Formats: sequence, structure tokens, C-alpha cells
Amino acid sequence: MTAGLSTTAAAEQPRPAETAAPRPAPRTGRCRAAGTRLASNLVMAAIGLAFLVPLLWVVLASFDTEASLSVAWPETWSLGNYSAIWNAETTFRPLGNSLLLCGGATLLTMVSAVLCAYPLSRYSFRAKRPLLLTIIFSTGLPITAIMIPVYSMFVQVNLIDSMGGAILFLGASSLPYAIFLTKGFMDGVPMEIEESAWTEGAGVYRTLWSVVLPLMRSGLSVATIFTFVSMWGNFFVPFMLLLSPDKLPAAVTLYTFSSQYGQVAYGQLAAFSIFYSLPVVVLYLFLGRNLGQGFAAAGGVKG
Amino acid sequence: MTATHTTATHRAAARSGRRTRLGDGLSPLRAVPMLPAALLLLGFMLGPILYSLYLAFTDSAIRGEGASDTSFVGVQNFLDAFADGDFWNSVVLTLVFTLVSAVVGQNLLGMGLALLMERTHRLVTFTVTSIVIAAWILPEVVAGYLLYTFFADDGSLNTILTSIGLPSQDLLFSAPIIAVSFANIWRGAAFSMLVYSAALSSVPGDVYESAALDGAGPVRRFVSVTVPLLRPAIATNLMLTTLQTLSVFGLIFIMTGGGPARQSQTLPLYMYEQAFSYGQLGYGTAVALLLLLIGALASIAYLRLLPEEDKR
Repeated sequence: MTAGLSTTAAAEQPRPAETAAPRPAPRTGRCRAAGTRLASNLVMAAIGLAFLVPLLWVVLASFDTEASLSVAWPETWSLGNYSAIWNAETTFRPLGNSLLLCGGATLLTMVSAVLCAYPLSRYSFRAKRPLLLTIIFSTGLPITAIMIPVYSMFVQVNLIDSMGGAILFLGASSLPYAIFLTKGFMDGVPMEIEESAWTEGAGVYRTLWSVVLPLMRSGLSVATIFTFVSMWGNFFVPFMLLLSPDKLPAAVTLYTFSSQYGQVAYGQLAAFSIFYSLPVVVLYLFLGRNLGQGFAAAGGVKG
Repeated sequence: MTATHTTATHRAAARSGRRTRLGDGLSPLRAVPMLPAALLLLGFMLGPILYSLYLAFTDSAIRGEGASDTSFVGVQNFLDAFADGDFWNSVVLTLVFTLVSAVVGQNLLGMGLALLMERTHRLVTFTVTSIVIAAWILPEVVAGYLLYTFFADDGSLNTILTSIGLPSQDLLFSAPIIAVSFANIWRGAAFSMLVYSAALSSVPGDVYESAALDGAGPVRRFVSVTVPLLRPAIATNLMLTTLQTLSVFGLIFIMTGGGPARQSQTLPLYMYEQAFSYGQLGYGTAVALLLLLIGALASIAYLRLLPEEDKR
């Protein structure tokens, strides 16, 4: 089955199965319901299989030094690909750069977002609603469309090819969504506890740090992980703003990936892809059931 | 379940607290924490947006005449774009890509998966949603390579097709825009699935029961009960997926580079080529503004889909 067939099938399939279903006599009804359930399971499994093939390729190819473009069971399982890229030049420096870039930008984003969300959540003022709407609208702004002016500005102020500059821009571009999420989670923290801390003499920042933030820990980790993961996968921003090979993060070096002999070694590319993807997979596993929180927010964009 | 419940009570508590005790005005001193965010957004978001409004009307270039001394050229860049066949080619491809992969593909597949999830066995649901979510969280470049190998001449898809006796395909050459659209469906379906399954779980079950008692079949129930109830979620999701898809760059860049012969060169790739391969920053920025315009028009259209009471 092709991916194309299965994707259209996915949308159509449930309907014919369902039209055939319920209503008439109870006995056949139950039979049909079981049939519907079976059909649903089969369709779901088929979609899963179609989605699985490309993922299977990267895992199998990474253990196969003779890997081709097609998914295939390795004739001999080997760690050869991993050991071939197990060096600073190919793997550790790009991943280190990614960590510096995305870690730095995430820190910048989250600190600014928390600080900005606090007054937005705690005080009321006339410009609040327009301000929130602006923030929500800018979450939808396609960053791709402003990269040329950003590049041009960075050339003029000499920030091009500077890690600090890239961190500042990446941090700023993730801010609207981070503020939106953080403000939502902060609204869920009751003010009474905060007020009693105030009466005991704690200042605003102290209260924010030791009363409010601990109470919104799970929301904060959702926002932080969302921010970090989207930065980790971002290709266009570092591709435009960083130039020297020794500053490039993994997203960009993967694009220019080639083996030491100049040809693309697909097994090594697969192994490197796995190294590069591992952190985001681990972070999502860590997020687990909390994943839904970010989506409840996405559904309620009204603000 | 309980989490949402407590949040609601907390929120109510916070609201009453705001009214009774906390000084509710925002004094300049209280606005100080907003400074870092404000500076970042003004400098790195608003700045470039305003700058692009200037840049689009100049002949700014990386080399040549516009590089040493940039001059104002009025709407010439836009006129050039409208007169360029390659620009219109990109506009059409962008619309096809967005329509096929986001509006139809991701939304229908996401909705289909969310509906199926409610009927399938727990183990099947868990396994399949994990796979679909894995496709979504992988970095863009990795996804690009994975789907390139999938559709390539000697890639996985052809191996599977020939092994079951079907003719092989060469989508990357014959219809690259369809190949990258499928790639974008693969990568983005999880988002719509998560949005829709969150929305579906908030639909009370007794609504279906009473509709079923009234004799409405499953299709009828979906069309006249589920869809109207999910309208805000559908409009929001259409808007988000459209905006995301309009700005897809890396996925297509890795898979086809816009080729062969510009057959998958959507607007972001066209913009990139004009600005950096040909060095015309001013012209590239004008194209970027037109891309933003398409996004804005689409968003306005979707906002009209929202039910009256949600618009405010």
C-alpha cells in the first residue's frame, strides 16, 4: 500500500464501515458493531504501518554499513556507522552547538516569558486585551517570511555568524507562544497563597520565584520542552544566521552531511539522524501525558 | 480530568482574588518585568517586520549595484514579481501544497485518526499514535531525509510496490509537489490528531445518545452533531496548519531543493533563491511580504468560520 493510498483511505474508510453499522435488530446490531470495531482497528493499523516505514528505515539503516535508500533488514548488524561518526568533527561539535544555541535561546525565552506573563496574569490594565491578541497573532507569524530582513539587519549590525545573535533571534521568535502558554498556566495559580507570602514580607520577585513558579511546575516544563524541541528542529534560522562550519548546529550539518570520502553514506547519515533526534524523543517521553496540556491551550486560542 | 477541574476552580479563585485584594492597576514599576520580553520582541520581531516594509521597496542586493548604494525603487519589485512566470508558478505550487497537505491531508487524516482512536483497542491506539507522534517530533531535516529515501527511485516505497507486484513510482521526478505534500502530511498529521482528539474528548457523550435515539445514523451524527460542536477547533486547526504549511522550507529544500525544474519550488524556496542565489534582497523581501499577505487572507477566511459568539 502506498502512503498516498493509505492517507486518503484514512479519511474515507471509517465512513463506509460506519454507514453499514447500527440501528436494525439488536442481534445483527451487535455483530455489526463488532465488525465496525474490527474495521476501525484494521484501518488504524494500516495507517500506523504506512507511517512506520520511514521510521523503520532510519533505525535499520543506522545498523547497516551497507545501507541503501530502501528499508531492508541488515545482513549483518553492526555498530560501524555509529563508530564512523563517533568523533568531535562530525557529531559532538554540531550537537554541542545545537545544545548551546537551543539551550541558550530556551533559557532566554523562558526567563523573559515568565517575567512578562506575571504582570499579564496578575494585574489588569486597559491595553491588556489588545496586547494579548497581538501576542496570539504573532504566534502565527511565519518566521520564514521575515528571515531576509533579519539577515540583512544582522549583516549591518555585525551579528551575522555570531552565536549570541542567533540565540537572541531564536529566543525572540519563540517568545509569543511561550508567553501565551506561560500566562495560561500562571492564571491557574491562585492569588491567595501569593498574597499571604506578601504579607509575610516577601517581595514580588521572591514570591514569583518561590511561590508561583513551583506551583506551575508541570505547565512550565511543558512550555520549556515545547520551546526547546521546536528550536532543536529549526533549520532555516541557523542556516541563515550562522556561517562558519565550527559554529553550525546539527540541523545544518545534517543538511551538508557527507562521509569522509565525500559521498553520502546513508548508514552514517541514519546513525547521525538518530543521535540528533534522540534528545527530542527523550524529552517527549518525559512529557508523556502532559502533552495534552499544550493542546488544550492550542484549542482555546481565544485567550 | 481532575487537572482541568482544579484549573477551573483555581481560575475562579484567582478572579475573585483579583477583585477583592490585589491592587489591580498596572503601575510603571509593576510593568518592569515585561521589559526583557518587550525589548526582544521590539528588536527582533517588530524591527525586522518594519524593516521588511522598507526593504521590499528598494533594490537592496548582496552584490552589484544595490549592494554599495541601495536606492528606493517604489513598487518595482512587486511589478517584477507579477511579471515573472516563475513567481506565479511558485504561487500555484504553494496553493497546491497548502491545499493538499494541510487543508485536506493533515486535517482529514488528523480527524480520521482522532475518530478512530475512540473505537480502537487501547494497544492499537497507543502504538499507532506513538508512531504518528514520532513522525511529528522528529527534526525537520531528519524528516526530509526520511521521506526522500521513502520516495526515492530505489527507496522503500518502490521496494514495497514491486514486492507486491505493483508498478513502481517516481513521484520525486514526475510529481514532486505531490511527494513533498505527502511528506508534509506524514510530518504534520499528529498535530491535527492531537487537536481534534482533545476537542472530541470535550464533547459530552449524551449528545450522541439523544441523536441516536432520534434515529440519526453515524454519518448524520458526525455531520450534524460533531462538526458543529467542533467548529471552533476546526477553524483554529485549519488556520494553524495553513500558516505552518505556508512557511515550510527545510522539508522541501532537503527532499527536492525545489526541483526538478522548479516543479516543487513553493514561495519560501523561490524567495530564498531570489534573495541568496541571485542576491536580490529587496526583491526577495517583496516576495516574502506577498507570502505574508496570503497567510493573512487565509487567516481572515478561517476566522469567519468561527461561530459568532467566539469571535468577540
